[in-house]
Parts: sequence; structure tokens; C-alpha cells
Amino acid sequence: MNAEKKRPTVVLPDAELLCVQLAGLIRPRLRPETVLVGIHSGGVWVAQRLHALLGLGNEIGLIDVSFYRDDYGARGLHPRVQPSSIPFDVEDRTLVLVDDVLYTGRTTRAAINELFDYGRPAMIQLAVLADRGHRQLPICADFCPWRVDLDPSSELVLSQNDNGGLQWSLDEHA
Amino acid sequence: MRNPQLNANGALTHLLSIEGLPREVITHILDTASSFLKVSHREVKKVPLLRGKSVFNVFFENSTRTRTTFEIAAKRLSADVINLDVTRSSTAKGETLLDTVDNLVAMHADMFVVRHAASGAPHLIADHLRRLGREDVHVVNAGDGRHAHPTQGLLDMYTIRHYKQEFTNLVVAIVGDILHSRVARSDIHALTTLGAAEVRAVGPQTLLPTAIEKMGVRVCHDLRSAIRDCDVVIMLRLQNERMNGALLPSAREYFRCYGLTPAVLALARPDAIVMHPGPMNRGVEIDSDVADGPQAVILPQVTFGIAVRMAVMGILAGN
Repeated sequence: MNAEKKRPTVVLPDAELLCVQLAGLIRPRLRPETVLVGIHSGGVWVAQRLHALLGLGNEIGLIDVSFYRDDYGARGLHPRVQPSSIPFDVEDRTLVLVDDVLYTGRTTRAAINELFDYGRPAMIQLAVLADRGHRQLPICADFCPWRVDLDPSSELVLSQNDNGGLQWSLDEHA
Repeated sequence: MRNPQLNANGALTHLLSIEGLPREVITHILDTASSFLKVSHREVKKVPLLRGKSVFNVFFENSTRTRTTFEIAAKRLSADVINLDVTRSSTAKGETLLDTVDNLVAMHADMFVVRHAASGAPHLIADHLRRLGREDVHVVNAGDGRHAHPTQGLLDMYTIRHYKQEFTNLVVAIVGDILHSRVARSDIHALTTLGAAEVRAVGPQTLLPTAIEKMGVRVCHDLRSAIRDCDVVIMLRLQNERMNGALLPSAREYFRCYGLTPAVLALARPDAIVMHPGPMNRGVEIDSDVADGPQAVILPQVTFGIAVRMAVMGILAGN
């Protein structure tokens, strides 16, 4: 028997196509007052795609959850914090929180905590491009076009290529 | 010798002086401050970063304004803030500085914000904590003697960057009592580190330290020629107690020679900004028409100061 455990090869789907599928999942549940809030940095790219695909007129909110992370005590402040910008009143609004990857759920928790410091939204929904499993909190996505079970030693990364197109890569950690 | 402000991993663990801080560290603090600036505009003006941490404001010298801005900054980071007026309590009873520190460490302090009349006091505390093996306790210098006032220097840089974006082409004049000013020293170190084109130190001979040109500044005694083509004018407070000595003849004569009036400011670039660390003496170093005029950015400095102090405490407590 082969002692070395073989890892199945993961086929990475087209990220731009996933954005179109994600927009299709959100569209039927869109309300007139719905606004998108992207989490820096991958979530902001996805939110910008969705904003165009859904033809939304209102502005996108951007948040950086660095000031709300639960690993600040262990890892310190993130070296490149971006300013959060919520250019609308969140009071009684339906917010769709957008991120690229849903993993432990800790980023989502931090983002929800931050949003409540801007007011009391009527509803927060979660839209992600990929759900890679291994949740550590009771959080699940309302809209997700791709579910995949990835080993914790792999890091699923969304990046923007030179032409501005979104693409997936898989980084393996020892 | 290791930089006393950095830990074994090279991360900022104390803020004692701008001198010796790498340019990247200064830029990182300013970048982080811009994210904190928006927190003060929200419904809830607080982030949970320092929740459960205790910040002790230990002021061995009076300062309501600086202490208050540190207190606001710490509270907006959700820290518990304890203000100690040590001049009226322990020190008056004969306790030494380091005994005071040991007592506060025994109360589980996480950060000290220290102001002291003696230059080097915050460094002494940081060194003491290192020898105790307590590198998890952080020190912020809130002004020590004539040495340094690094958070004021950083908020001045934040203000300049906010209005002027880049430092490389800037001509900056620092005017007044540079001899006694820790603000001037911190500003000079920051400006030279960030690459300002020219820094002019302006004041009467009696209020300029000897050999100040070694800090990389041009010395000027005539305000009118010094202010010509400046992008930034930083006015320093003339402390009233200086009037009693032999350094100056009178406040009125000082104003005539070194007071910033609209006529003098007109010699600077038309888009020049005027800064002042406060508290101002109107009619001594600055004319009311300038202080309240369109080029003054003195109140924005105060607002930026909160965000800069939040950034400093947020970065230190995480390292």
C-alpha cells in the first residue's frame, strides 16, 4: 500500500463564470433597497462584478475587517489596512455581504460585527464565490455557486491578472 | 545594539522617538491612521481592537490636551483607560519612577502613555520593562523634556501628507522656540526621514539650539526671507516662562520679528498651509487673522491626532 496519501487534484473553475452564476443566484431575491458590501480585497472585486451584472444603481460598501479580527492578539494588526467605506445608511437596509472564499467563518463574523457599528440593518445575507468547507463558526452562505472540500494545508486565492480578469490559484503549505 | 523601539522580530513595540525609525514604519503608521480616521465618523465611534487592554496615561508633567487625545484614542479602540496624575500622588510622596512603573505592571497594565519633564524617561521605562522580560507591555512617549514628542511629529506628517500628498518637493519652515521644542525635533527627524526637499529652522539666535544644522536643516534668523516660497509653515508656541529669562526682550518685540501675520504669510506659496501644535498664543507667535484664516489647518491637526494615536496604539499592542 502506498504510505503517502495522495491528494486528489482540484479542478479550479473559471472565476468570471462563477461571478455570473453568483449573480444569477442573487437576482431572484434582490430587493429595491438591497446594497452590496465587499470585504477587502477579493470580496470587493466580486462585489464590483455583481454590481455590474445585476445592474445596481446604488453605491457599493467596502469593508476591511482588520480592526475586528479575533486573531489580533496572536498576529497583530494587518500591515495593510484599507479604510472601510459604507457610503449609505445601513439602518433598515438589506445588505449582501460579498467575499471571495468562505472558510472558517471568522472573517464573516468580524464583518457582521463591523456592519452593526454603522447601524442596525434589516437583514444581512452572505454571497461568496467559493465555500471551501472547514467552518469553525455556525455561519453559512446564502448564495454560493461553488462548494469544494479543500485540505487546510491548501490556500485558495483569488487574484486579478494584468487584464483585470479574476482567476483562482491554489497555494500549498507544508 | 538593538533599536530600543523594535522587538526581536523587528516590529515596533514602543514609540519613543521618530529618530531612528525606518521610513517604512512611519509610512505604515500614517497609512493605518487613515483607516482609523473614518471610525470617528461612524454611528459607533469604536472598534474592538484593544478590548480588555488597560492603557495607563502616566503624566509626570501637566498636559490636559495631549492626555485627553490619548484618552479618546484609547477609548475608541475599546481599551480601559486609567489617568494618573502622578505629580500630585506617588511622586510627591517620594516614589521613584521605576517603582511607580512596577506597581502599575503589577496591576496588569498593557500600555503606558508617558509624559515626563526629563528627556529619556520613556526610554528608561522601556529598558526597565525589557530587563523584567515584559516586552508585552508597551510604552508611548507623549513628550519627554526637550527630546521628542513622536505622536505630535507623526500627526504633523499626517496633516502635511493630507494636504500636500508628497514630501519630496516640499519646503517646510519651523518657526519659533526650537531650543525648548520637542515638537520641532520630532518634526525635523520625520521630515528628513520622509525626504522633504528643505527644512528651515527659523528663530532668534537665543531660541535655536547650537549645531542644529547637523540635523539637516537650514538655519534662518529672518522670518520674511525664511518664509519665501514655503509650502508648509509650522509655528511653535512661545512659552510664557521664556519671557522672564534673558532669551527675549518682550512678547511685543517677538511678535514684530517672528509673529506670523497675513503680510508675512503672503510671501509663502499661495497654497501654503499653516500649522501649530497648540495651545496658541494669539498676538505672540501668530496673528488671529492667520490662525482663523483659510490657510490654517490647526483644527484638522487635532482631528488627525486622534487617528494617528489610535494607529500607534493599535500597532504597538498587536506586536
